[in-house]
Amino acid sequence: MAILEVHNIEKHFGPTRVLEDISFELKRGQALAIIGSSGSGKTTLLRCLNFLETPNKGTISVEGKVIFDAADPSTQKESEVRKKRLHFGMVFQSFNLFPQYTALENVTLASKLLAKEREDYKQNKNRILMEIEAEGKALLDRMGLADRADHYPHQLSGGQQQRVAIARALALHPDILCFDEPTSALDPELTGEVLKVIRSLADQKTTMIIVTHEMAFARDVADQVIFMDGGVIVEQGPAQQVIDHPVQERTKQFLSRYAEN
Amino acid sequence: MDVIFARLCEAFVINCELFFVTLLFAIPLGLVICFGARSKFKPLAWLIKTFVWVIRGTPLMLQVIIFFFVPGLLKVNYGINIPTFGRFSGAAVAFVINYACYFSEIYRGGIDSIPKGQYEAGEVLGMTKSQIFFKVTLMQLIKRIIPPMGNEIITLVKDTSLARIISNKEIIMMANEYTSKGLIWPLFSTGLFFLVFVGALTLLFGYIERKMDYFR
Ligand SMILES: Nc1ncnc2c1ncn2[C@@H]1O[C@H](COP(=O)(O)OP(=O)(O)O)[C@@H](O)[C@H]1O
Ligand SMILES: [Mg+2]
Repeated sequence: MAILEVHNIEKHFGPTRVLEDISFELKRGQALAIIGSSGSGKTTLLRCLNFLETPNKGTISVEGKVIFDAADPSTQKESEVRKKRLHFGMVFQSFNLFPQYTALENVTLASKLLAKEREDYKQNKNRILMEIEAEGKALLDRMGLADRADHYPHQLSGGQQQRVAIARALALHPDILCFDEPTSALDPELTGEVLKVIRSLADQKTTMIIVTHEMAFARDVADQVIFMDGGVIVEQGPAQQVIDHPVQERTKQFLSRYAEN
Repeated sequence: MDVIFARLCEAFVINCELFFVTLLFAIPLGLVICFGARSKFKPLAWLIKTFVWVIRGTPLMLQVIIFFFVPGLLKVNYGINIPTFGRFSGAAVAFVINYACYFSEIYRGGIDSIPKGQYEAGEVLGMTKSQIFFKVTLMQLIKRIIPPMGNEIITLVKDTSLARIISNKEIIMMANEYTSKGLIWPLFSTGLFFLVFVGALTLLFGYIERKMDYFR
């Protein structure tokens, strides 16, 4: 069964329709790449999944349970949205690390705040905090940043910052991890280290949605690819099929521009 | 000379009192004004913005005079009974309101300068609005407002001498009494009081800024 089902999502900002009739599914352990030219609505789609935007139409279900239904306000309660968005993790194009915290603190902050809501927090406070700390360190280690745990964001390169941001998102164990052009803000020589980390997450069967302009990467790492244009899904299917043998004319045009470079 | 110096010190206490009272009330009141101006209820936001514009657009000296004299004049001329202020409290109220308006603008600038991505990063990590404010944005806000607050607070030190316009015997007014008796050095020496005070504040703000240098 699909871990994520998105049905007929539509989003407009005032009169401009940015997403139209977006539907797709994602299976547990799979990676989905979303490609498309700038302005096609990719970021908006990820933001809808993370409850940063409220779609005007459509439903979002995780593990068969409807967590968002535009027609049903009871699925949009502020208090529950906070819990629901934890199904998703988000890695932003611009990292958005918290500058006043070290790499490790960035990774552990949200877990520590959430732990306070646990019933056994008062009794087991020290143990819980130590576990969170240990997990944070382990995550940074996985990102190849064990020796950077005590560095502040401004002391890290862009690639290192983005890897901290990935660790921060993983710390909350999201069902689905979303990446919005994770390497677009990086110098070319730094994109490799971030892509490598994402590739290793895919190897470990992390469920992911990756918005990217790295076509070769999308073909190799993703199981599924969606090509978007003008707010609609033009083509979707297995990664190699969509990228190597696109069916739609618009997909071919888009990909041929990348082939030239 | 010792006597004159002692009296100057005594008078400077008034400046200091006005300084601290203004800070104590204007810092939180500025926050209230700042939130009011950002209110979703547009008429309130509009009213407060207009008020801030008037206060920042007119001389503090004028405001001191108005707060001191107008309540009494309203009572005498129109029988309107609103509480009047004493010399010190009249000056203090005018100062608090004036500086709260300036501080509110500094807070606003600070809040606006925090990238939207900081709030969004907190939100997608399941933080509540108040957790985002206290754990994510507050420190960044403080770091950004410290330098402009420092400037404004240093201006306040010197502005306190405006209180003499409604006969508060602050240090310059005191020194002026000696000037009219032909003695000029007390007036010049008041400058030293201000210089020392401002110097101490400059050191303090420099220290705080360095303390917050660990992040950008
Ligand atoms: N908050 C917003 N208000 C109005 N228009 C927006 C807003 N966010 C995005 N848009 C518009 O929606 C369209 C899709 O944007 P986006 O999702 O960022 O595309 P992509 O990530 O594919 O480049 C663009 O035309 C953009 O101008
Ligand atoms: Mg985008």
